[in-house]
Amino acid sequence: MTELSPPDTTLKAFRKQSHFTLSADRGWTQRFQLAGTDLKDGVRLWRLIWTLAFSDIKLRYRGSALGPFWLTISTAVQIGAMAFLYADLFHTDIHTYLPYLTISIILWNYLNMLISDGCTCFSQSDSLIKGTRMPFTVHAARSVVRNTIILAHNIVVVVAVFVIMGVHMSLYSLLAIPAFCLWLIDAFAISLLFGAFCARFRDVPQIIMSVMQIAFFITPIMWYAKILESHPEADLLIRFNPFFYILEIIRGPLLGTPMTLDMVLKALIVSATLILVAVIGFARTRGRIAYWV
Amino acid sequence: MTMAHLTAFNISVDFPLYHSDNRSLKKTILGKASSRFAQDHKNRPVVQALQNISFTLRSGDRLGLVGSNGSGKTTLLRALSGIYQPTAGSLSMEGRLVSLLDPGQGMNMDLTGRENVRLRGYFLGLPRAEIDHLEADVEDFSDLAQFLDLPVRNYSSGMVVRLAFAMATAFPPELLLMDEWILAGDAAFMEKAKTRVESMVRHADILILASHSAMTLAEWCSRLIWLESGQIKADGKPMDVLGRYLPEHQFQELVVGMNAVNSLPSTK
Repeated sequence: MTELSPPDTTLKAFRKQSHFTLSADRGWTQRFQLAGTDLKDGVRLWRLIWTLAFSDIKLRYRGSALGPFWLTISTAVQIGAMAFLYADLFHTDIHTYLPYLTISIILWNYLNMLISDGCTCFSQSDSLIKGTRMPFTVHAARSVVRNTIILAHNIVVVVAVFVIMGVHMSLYSLLAIPAFCLWLIDAFAISLLFGAFCARFRDVPQIIMSVMQIAFFITPIMWYAKILESHPEADLLIRFNPFFYILEIIRGPLLGTPMTLDMVLKALIVSATLILVAVIGFARTRGRIAYWV
Repeated sequence: MTMAHLTAFNISVDFPLYHSDNRSLKKTILGKASSRFAQDHKNRPVVQALQNISFTLRSGDRLGLVGSNGSGKTTLLRALSGIYQPTAGSLSMEGRLVSLLDPGQGMNMDLTGRENVRLRGYFLGLPRAEIDHLEADVEDFSDLAQFLDLPVRNYSSGMVVRLAFAMATAFPPELLLMDEWILAGDAAFMEKAKTRVESMVRHADILILASHSAMTLAEWCSRLIWLESGQIKADGKPMDVLGRYLPEHQFQELVVGMNAVNSLPSTK
């Protein structure tokens, strides 16, 4: 029999955060406190989040020769097939259309996956949630990180298209970085909000997916927003379309198309609303998620 | 060093019955005068999984939970782990808690045992050196040898238990909560597990164990709570509670068995 190692009392892990209290729901002050603690503990577990997200990708492609680069290939095939057909249909120049479509499709796929994975971020982690006390923010962040790793694989396609089509990049493109940070925060908020909501109401993910499908067609992704300039009624499609503003704040800088202050403000308003609703929604539902999954 | 303690004060847990036809369900379950079903303040039907559970444990206490299937043992362990926020009452504890509720919990079945150990290290927020220490300790205690480099999916259930137990106790937690599946290990492993739990408890820590095995409870625990329909039916010394809980002939067998174990010369 193996000798037992005596408990190592020098271990730091042994000492920290040892006090824990939990009481029945006592109203909003307690709810916001618990949500805040959840976020704080989640941030501390960043290595766990990263490893979980990374192993999700690794496991999905285990045993495959090209591995995660299938992500890159399938995006390239999708864009290649669409670009030449639609450039011809819309009578546009492939040299401007292909970069536009590449950025749009990759960003849209990312957004779409962030939302659909966000919906299932809690219900898919049911065994983790019921097996141990872990901050709920870990599951939401895992979904965001996983999809961001996928996005990173697709950047190869963007670089290739930009080089082949000779797209000029300037310092203006750097504005895409703060915009991308805003996306990450929004995606995290969406996962917390939709994840909890979808854990409770199991029909919601399907509804959201249908909405996303419609949004794909009514948002300027395959077509240019300027097509609508001559159609005042159809213009409403983009004026009240939050996806348009959110997309444009990254797409504009990358493609070198001018950005208006109005556009940025609207993107910020959309994000602020989303974050506010998510904070309230998460604080309200946090204590119940374990009962729902 | 602060002493570990755990206090449950009037804990109640209600499970709302979602995902079902409310009205017909309400008629069915409220028609029968059952103690487990009720309605919450929004008139939704709920199952009262736990009702007014109160107890206090201090360093060195080893609490056993007995009760028939569905009496609320696992729910109580989950509530004590802080997984379910109680519907009423409160929970307060001092000390790091590890709960072993089901064998595969927190493990990714597609990852190897070793990768799961590292995940565990990240979950505990350990620095790299201590993760290596954790890995070495698990390797040593679990006796899984080369299996540690295979995906957990290929393990037998006993091996999963060994891995889970080794991971949970490698850094002895101050509070250890275990559900009955731990008994799935073979005799040699059980002996090892018991030694480890004992050393843990000797260092003034708390154990809570839910089990159907009267022998294990009598051997491992210093206090027993008998749960029935989510309520505490009895709370006291193991043999006193078991005397009431077990049918007469089974209790006699247990007494004989215990005497046999105690009269054996110590193997240590």
